[in-house]
Amino acid sequence: MSKETNFIFNQTPQVVQKKKYCRFKKHGIKHIDYKDKDFLLKFINEQGKILPRRITGTSLKFQRKISVAVKRARHLALLPFVADGLK
Amino acid sequence: MSLKQYETVIILTPVLSEQQMKDAVAGYRGLITDNGGEIVHEENWGLTKLAYPIDKKGTGFYHLFEFKANPEFIKSWELTFRRDERIMRYLTLSLDKWAIEFNQKKRSGEIKSSSTAKEKKAANNAVVELDEED
Repeated sequence: MSKETNFIFNQTPQVVQKKKYCRFKKHGIKHIDYKDKDFLLKFINEQGKILPRRITGTSLKFQRKISVAVKRARHLALLPFVADGLK
Repeated sequence: MSLKQYETVIILTPVLSEQQMKDAVAGYRGLITDNGGEIVHEENWGLTKLAYPIDKKGTGFYHLFEFKANPEFIKSWELTFRRDERIMRYLTLSLDKWAIEFNQKKRSGEIKSSSTAKEKKAANNAVVELDEED
């Protein structure tokens, strides 16, 4: 968009964002395995905290299951409770 | 009495020798079968590094039991873990139908995990790229 049209419509050029989706719904995954450490790593940040749904795009139903799975993995020392530079 | 399907993961201390560890596991296997249960599946992960130290120990022997048992049995099953000093951690779950299906598929090799997670991730990325093209 040129500067002129920007001035006229008072608009900023829009950045096209990719739509987030729930990977469990999309791939039809019904059960989340707490023993699969590498899979759960996708849902925690480098400090070992569980990532919010607004970042991963997971639906509420599976976010709850993820949170339980991560906590089970922590109990069995598969994942740390606190970490520094996990990724 | 109907049997329910359960899954237990135990972490044994790394102080034990390989043989002692096997004896301990055999003891627990016997405990299930003696109390009218049946073993569905077992996995020994061997000496594995812990994500954080437990009882000042950095490693542990992981062992997984998947079994069918009476719901009454579980209380005494977990009590023995609490009394046993060789066991550092345990986790028992009752499995729902999705979990049972998942475990069966995992055993037959339909679902791969952990070791092949990178391949899975690559596949996921490929899917994402396809989406972008749309």
